[in-house]
Amino acid sequence: MATNNLTIALAGNPNSGKTTIFNNITGARQHVGNYSGVTVEKREGFRRFRGRNFQVVDLPGTYSLTARALDELVARNAILNDRPDILVNILDASNLERNLYLAVQLLELEQPMVVALNMADVAEKMGHKIDDQALTRRLGVPVVRTVGNRNRGTEDLLATVAGVAQERKQQPFTMDYGPEIEAKIKEVWSVLKGVAPEKYPLRWLAIKMLENDKEVIDLVAAFPGGERVRSVAENARKKLQGLFGEELEVVFAERRYYFVGEVYRDVVSVNNEISQTTSDKVDRVLTNRVLGLPIFLGIMWLLFNLVFTIGAYPQEWIENGAKWLGDFVSLYLTDGDLKSLVVDGIIGGVGMVVSFLPQILLLFLGIALLEDTGYMARAAFVMDRIMKSVGLHGKSFIPLLVGFGCNIPAIMGARTLENPRDRMVTILVAPLMSCSARLPVYTLLTAAFFSESYAGTVMFSIYILGIVLAVIMAWIFRKFLFPGETEPFAMEMPAYHIPTLRSILTHMWERGSLYLKKAGTIILAASILVWFFVSYPADVSYSKDFEQLKAASDAAYNANVNDGEADEHEAEIAKLDKEQAAEKLAGSYAGQFGHLIEPLIKPLGFDWKIGVSLFTGFSAKEIVVSTMGTLYSVGAAEDDTAELQESLTTDPALSPLVAYVLMVFSLIYTPCIATMAVVRRETNSWKWMSFSVLYSVALAWIVSFGVYRIGMFLGY
Amino acid sequence: MLKTLNQLKPGEIGVVTKVNGRGKIKGRIIDLGIVAGSRVCVQKYAPLGDPMEIKVKNFNLSLRKSEAAIIEVQTE
Repeated sequence: MATNNLTIALAGNPNSGKTTIFNNITGARQHVGNYSGVTVEKREGFRRFRGRNFQVVDLPGTYSLTARALDELVARNAILNDRPDILVNILDASNLERNLYLAVQLLELEQPMVVALNMADVAEKMGHKIDDQALTRRLGVPVVRTVGNRNRGTEDLLATVAGVAQERKQQPFTMDYGPEIEAKIKEVWSVLKGVAPEKYPLRWLAIKMLENDKEVIDLVAAFPGGERVRSVAENARKKLQGLFGEELEVVFAERRYYFVGEVYRDVVSVNNEISQTTSDKVDRVLTNRVLGLPIFLGIMWLLFNLVFTIGAYPQEWIENGAKWLGDFVSLYLTDGDLKSLVVDGIIGGVGMVVSFLPQILLLFLGIALLEDTGYMARAAFVMDRIMKSVGLHGKSFIPLLVGFGCNIPAIMGARTLENPRDRMVTILVAPLMSCSARLPVYTLLTAAFFSESYAGTVMFSIYILGIVLAVIMAWIFRKFLFPGETEPFAMEMPAYHIPTLRSILTHMWERGSLYLKKAGTIILAASILVWFFVSYPADVSYSKDFEQLKAASDAAYNANVNDGEADEHEAEIAKLDKEQAAEKLAGSYAGQFGHLIEPLIKPLGFDWKIGVSLFTGFSAKEIVVSTMGTLYSVGAAEDDTAELQESLTTDPALSPLVAYVLMVFSLIYTPCIATMAVVRRETNSWKWMSFSVLYSVALAWIVSFGVYRIGMFLGY
Repeated sequence: MLKTLNQLKPGEIGVVTKVNGRGKIKGRIIDLGIVAGSRVCVQKYAPLGDPMEIKVKNFNLSLRKSEAAIIEVQTE
């Protein structure tokens, strides 16, 4: 690599201000991806500094570097395998002791390193005077002061980084673990030497082997001659374990904390270790035993309204805009396949992709505010008791709640969960929260089949059913798909602070562009596919020659143009158009598919028309209503829901029970292709996306079947 | 008096003597700085009684009571 290019990895605790410093360094020149094969995010950026190119990686924020947690493993592998030229460890000065615990572990990796002492001003205001020189002396690396949220010290930091990188030397660091342990480290080290490739820090490998770190043990065992090292380390570990009567990992961690405690007392003059801060005073109100829940619910109400009430306006503008554009383009294209593809397929598809954007941006505005102020941890604190009972984390509540508005931001919001298992379960059950797009289906069917006095109860029961199923499924997934010991909840409650506009805008921009780029393309492709299924084959054989009939009607009307029967004529044309549209849809691939699956859905009381509606409903739930409109309102002259309701009630295949079962089915099966695309993007896996679709369809069938049979048995 | 952390009342302070148990939860608790000798202060319990919030090494930490139950403390 040319010396002009430098790779820098930022490491630090969660809430240390790491991402803010990353933003300060790279500005807008960054992008978010995934570490290969896992859901952990990889944030990379670029900065040109004094004629050099800095490639910056923001490692996952962690408290430690064990193999126990995925993000810790990812962070340490990124350091060991990708070998950045220099590590920058961001230390939250107001929380120095715990932050130094990670610093020590980073130093043990023996890479060139610079420490950024962040928010030292806040710490000093709290009465913690920090001696930078003592810190440099104890750690053996340069220390630079930064104030991330005011973008101070960034230049200094980069200059120091550039200087340290120039020297390009290994960074020796030894922390004394005490004579018994040190003897064993030396023992393992001496057999490791010559076995492990040079790029690995030997002392660190030896320590990890003694800690019984499975990843490192497997790594070493795979080297030629590694098996011997494994058995030496295993013996040494057992001996020490006998000596201490405790898991060695714990002994090592304790020793590190003792060392860190010493450094801390050397570097910081503290007045009081357990002092009540302003943040604690704020918390006395916000997480108060009595007020905590009402305040939480109030904030959730605000969030929900921000996303869905305010978000509805721009969403409507975008939808109208797409419609207008479609109409406008229609004027310039002749009727036919191309026009249909452009207007219905492409413009419709793009419109759909973009129409979710306002909600996503607003949700992430809300989430960024909650996270950056520090309230998110309090929300989890308040809700955990309830979420724990289904095996989820307190933080799952927010994405699930948002799901009632729209599942897409809900699934994206599951990112706030650090633990991959909690996140997966939340992503899988979020679609059971009945989103607003399913409401038209319920409204139509309830209005058609249930008297007004029952309507509310019927709809309410559907929402409750969704919640109950989510609870059951979360429990099942937790037990069978993601088994194993409960994940630790232990969570830092960061001090409250005022968020910066920049960090909030970055957050929104990041999510918005990620959605458009990654999910948008899949949504667009899928909507074109659905368009194809409902529009082809083009040469459906109609029962009548509609074109001729329409022409005849036109001719008849034109002949008697003065008879004042314009309305009647238009009605006749409309009626013919509808009949034709219905026959076209019935003959399309989607219609054929509806016929094909009829035997499968017959046990639920559904006929092929419902099959077609459910099929097109994969693209979006509103489409169920419009498809039913096309298939059922044949013969009706007016284009309104009252007519559709009437045609539904008169259809012999439908009954209140079947209508209810249809609502149940619509509730449970895959909400829309956009949801599928977002599940794919968020889980970084086609497999999980397919699973999400298959399980929801299967669950929809089973529950619908149950409801239908019980309903029949009860005589409905 | 020797107690487990979940038995402490808000405002009570204790010194950790031992972290029991094993596995991920124990590891996480230790990584967060709850080791023998750490002073911990119980801040409060959540509105629904669980989890609880403590202060340790100058920062606030929320723990489920089941997690706090593996932490032995000596109260003053």
